[in-house]
Amino acid sequence: MAANIYETFKAILTETFGVPEAEIAPEATFEALALDSLDVVELTLVVDEEVGVKIEDEELETIVTIADAVAIVETKLKVSA
Amino acid sequence: MTDARTHTNDVVVTGIGLVTPAGIGANASWEGVVAGKAAAAHDQALAEEDTPVTIACRVPAFDPDAELGRGSARRLDRFTHLALLAAREALADAGLVDAETDPFALTGAVDRDRVGILLGSGIGGAETWAEEYPRYLDKGPQRVSPMFVPKMLSNTAAGTIAIRSGARGPNMTVNTACAAGASAIHLGRDLIRAGSADVVIVGGVEAGITGLAVSAFAQMGALSKNSDPTTASRPFDVGRDGFVMGEGAGILVIESAEHAARRGATPIARIAGAGASADAHHATAPPEDGGGAILAMRRALADAGLEPEAIDHINAHGTSTPLNDAAESRAIRAVFGEHADAIAVTSTKGVTGHLLGAAGGVEAAFAVLSIRDQVVPPTAGLLERDPEIDLDVVAGSARTSAVNAVLSNSFGFGGQNASLVITSA
Repeated sequence: MAANIYETFKAILTETFGVPEAEIAPEATFEALALDSLDVVELTLVVDEEVGVKIEDEELETIVTIADAVAIVETKLKVSA
Repeated sequence: MTDARTHTNDVVVTGIGLVTPAGIGANASWEGVVAGKAAAAHDQALAEEDTPVTIACRVPAFDPDAELGRGSARRLDRFTHLALLAAREALADAGLVDAETDPFALTGAVDRDRVGILLGSGIGGAETWAEEYPRYLDKGPQRVSPMFVPKMLSNTAAGTIAIRSGARGPNMTVNTACAAGASAIHLGRDLIRAGSADVVIVGGVEAGITGLAVSAFAQMGALSKNSDPTTASRPFDVGRDGFVMGEGAGILVIESAEHAARRGATPIARIAGAGASADAHHATAPPEDGGGAILAMRRALADAGLEPEAIDHINAHGTSTPLNDAAESRAIRAVFGEHADAIAVTSTKGVTGHLLGAAGGVEAAFAVLSIRDQVVPPTAGLLERDPEIDLDVVAGSARTSAVNAVLSNSFGFGGQNASLVITSA
């Protein structure tokens, strides 16, 4: 499951946000990928659409790296499973 | 003839940037306009939406991310893309950037706190509205993009040019509908006269060819129903029946003559005069006698300190609508009297279509290029002049003639009028 959510993020980041695949790693920060806070909100909307998990506003503030966002989505999927 | 110019009243053009349906870049646009080749074409996207009119004048295709950097396509509306392309060219032409290092960043040639930006746009981010509202309706409020507001705001183009260039002078966007580009040049020039800036990036931008906007203009009866793209836009022609929607950006770098001299920049032309007025008449129709247009032209001449006889070329608003072209023609005759016979009048909208809020910026740039090259482009699409149009309208091919003082007219819905007088440097 972990690999799948990460792969989903990776696909969205490359296809929708145009981030080169080589720059994407779990520990990569959104700031380093030149994505600002509005971009991250947009990203969570796409993730919600594809995975069906919504990241709340207060959770957004804790997201720094791709792994942070993946972890929130995974936790929510486990709870709902 | 009086000349009221003082040092700071003397404002010159030192850079030109154009993105028009005739081409990307000032040279490509100007060559297309001088050749008199209509840029209108059948539009696949409009045809798929089954809009009442499916002819439009689009800017040639380009890749926003490749041209303007990663994320530009997603983060910025098309009107901002067009403005950035034109601004980049104008800044390079003015020698204010080092293109090798960064094509937008102002160099030490200027004090960036004294570089202002004044753009005109009639609509702003039309495509963003067109894309986002259906998403709101289909997927609900929770799926509305956080990018919607910054993308669609009509001041985003000017704001983005500042972000990229570092220009921290006054930064504003003016809307007088189809006169917006000319109004922006007027107000940007005033910033320099008032001492609020040394240099101002001025002009107009529009990217409004959406199914919704085209349908709305068609429902008003403003668009040509002619299905032949080569003659759909035919300003001053007896068979004209409306305008063709266009898109693009026309941006100039203007500065005080003193500032240009100090940094060794070569002036291409002068923004000698500007005049603005309102018809106070009707939301979309001009008064039959062109009253507001007459005021704008007379004010621009007075502002330039020129008599009507000094003007040798008019780049007309000339939209190709029955009402505008007739009223503008009467207004020109009223202002210039017999001298109108000695003025080469043209409407470059025969080539470009009507660029709405960008038109004034683009046509001011064409006026500057007419002075530079001493040539008046033909009015494309004009086969038989309407007998009601009692003017020397250049048709067929470009005319080589002495061009030292040009009047450029722009009239907006709402009855808002702007005229500029541009003279040789």
